[in-house]
Amino acid sequence: MNAQVQPAASAWQAVIGLEIHAQLSTASKLFSGASTAYGAEPNTQTSLVDCAMPGTLPVPNREAVRKAIQFGLAIDAAIAPQSVFARKNYFYPDLPKGYQISQYELPVVGAGRLRVRVDDGRVIEVEIQRAHLEEDAGKSVHDAFHAETGIDLNRAGTPLLEIVSAPVLHSAAEAVAYMRTVHTLVRWLGICDGNMQEGSFRCDCNVSVRRGSDAPLGTRTEIKNVNSFRFVEKAIEYEIERQIRALENGESIVQETRLYDPARHQTRPMRSKESADDYRYFPDPDLPPLVIAAADVARERDALPELPQARRERYVAVLGLPDADADQLCADRATADYFEAVLAALPGQAKLCANWVLGEVAANLNEAGIEIAAAPVSAAALAELLARLRDGSISGKIAKDVFAAMWAGEGGADAIIEARGLRQISDSGALAAAIAAVLAEHPAQVADYRGGNEKLLQFFVGQTMKRTRGQANPQQLNELLRQKLAAP
Amino acid sequence: MSLDHAAVRHIARLARLAVADDQLESLRSDLERVLHLFDDLAAANVDNLAPLAHPHDQPLSLREDVVVDTDRSAQLLALAAASQGGYYLVPKVIE
Repeated sequence: MNAQVQPAASAWQAVIGLEIHAQLSTASKLFSGASTAYGAEPNTQTSLVDCAMPGTLPVPNREAVRKAIQFGLAIDAAIAPQSVFARKNYFYPDLPKGYQISQYELPVVGAGRLRVRVDDGRVIEVEIQRAHLEEDAGKSVHDAFHAETGIDLNRAGTPLLEIVSAPVLHSAAEAVAYMRTVHTLVRWLGICDGNMQEGSFRCDCNVSVRRGSDAPLGTRTEIKNVNSFRFVEKAIEYEIERQIRALENGESIVQETRLYDPARHQTRPMRSKESADDYRYFPDPDLPPLVIAAADVARERDALPELPQARRERYVAVLGLPDADADQLCADRATADYFEAVLAALPGQAKLCANWVLGEVAANLNEAGIEIAAAPVSAAALAELLARLRDGSISGKIAKDVFAAMWAGEGGADAIIEARGLRQISDSGALAAAIAAVLAEHPAQVADYRGGNEKLLQFFVGQTMKRTRGQANPQQLNELLRQKLAAP
Repeated sequence: MSLDHAAVRHIARLARLAVADDQLESLRSDLERVLHLFDDLAAANVDNLAPLAHPHDQPLSLREDVVVDTDRSAQLLALAAASQGGYYLVPKVIE
């Protein structure tokens, strides 16, 4: 073959597995009582255990174990009654012990699965092989110093849950959809803040290609530490194409670790570390097996919230919301909970509530760059406004103005409607007077309308609305206008 | 199980040990003797025995998620061969 041959992409199948590292949101580290808070001055959150001082011993954090159990239950996995911490040995300056405490043969979370909606509308079930507890390494700072590397051990020992999917994803889009689903789930469970800028949620991608779905798996490469959905998509797309091109050109794929370069949207080989994969795992003699009682698992199972997938399905099946609305509402738990709190005050008005949460509320949150938990308009306050909209006190247009005022902190819906005199004019006498004035002002248009140009109705509606500062009840206005225009 | 010099070099490399050529043979034979012990172990019948990860029959005790360690960076950094601006300094590592 030569370089002119176009990759016949359709003949190839990409095979992708992700290893997601979710930082568990605990106050203290996995094996020490040092703080995990992000952004502290370097090395101020390191205990003797984190620095690997001789004679210190690791003691696992109960909360990290609980969070791992919660994740396992949420993906319908078996929780190992007994799991083992193992040492993964390698030398790197930001790993003071010379090994990372991880889990190898017996992880705390066994095989599970997750239903994932791909952008093209398909739903795939992704098999998760395992999830295990491990500690993070410290941070190496390469560019701030002249001829040296700086080491900050604040992150060393931070609890991570490594979530390993089976190699069952077949496109960058599927991989990203899966990663998003896991991201939503860990935040929903409250076990990880999902902050990708701060590295709380990151991903290694294993990618290979093969000729058709029956062929044996090809040689894979691993793209390390990708920390955004977009980069995962770009990195995988690039890597699939690179591998196909190489194979079409008669080259072979080298099993290696690659880095993604966001500036060029390319992956390139990491400086090869010989024997890097020779980690010599063995059970950590400092840590006896982690025993989890069935009663503890049962307690976590009982305390599990309704999961995003279940809630999404309920919104569609029970509340009758469109798929798109249900997806957006269930993208995070705070949004879904807010929606339900509004709905609780307005039973049966799911679509109206969804429209407002995904419309005005989302737009304002977006503009202000804040999370829904910090929204200046509470669910109860929004419900009060929507109740006024429902009972006809205000029109939809006025409701948006009132919402803006509420957002600006001017008070509750009723108070604003009262203070600004925004109550809809439903009094037919007042409305009739306004209509009479409008008709008197526009005799030519009246004649035109009566001559058969009924499209002019909207003109009169607009004029009357203007005169009543938008406060006319639209339905009543339409009705009265037709009457007045019909009978001179 | 027997070892050759290449295997000894590989193990030394993993352990970041500089081993001179004239040390290889004595290390090789020492290590080989250790491995012979494992051959003895491998001869034992372990059918129906679950792998043992830890010799003591005791479960792991867990701690509550409470921050108890406070900043002792000044003391710890003072132990380091080199530090600057709160960082430990090590010879340049380039990825």
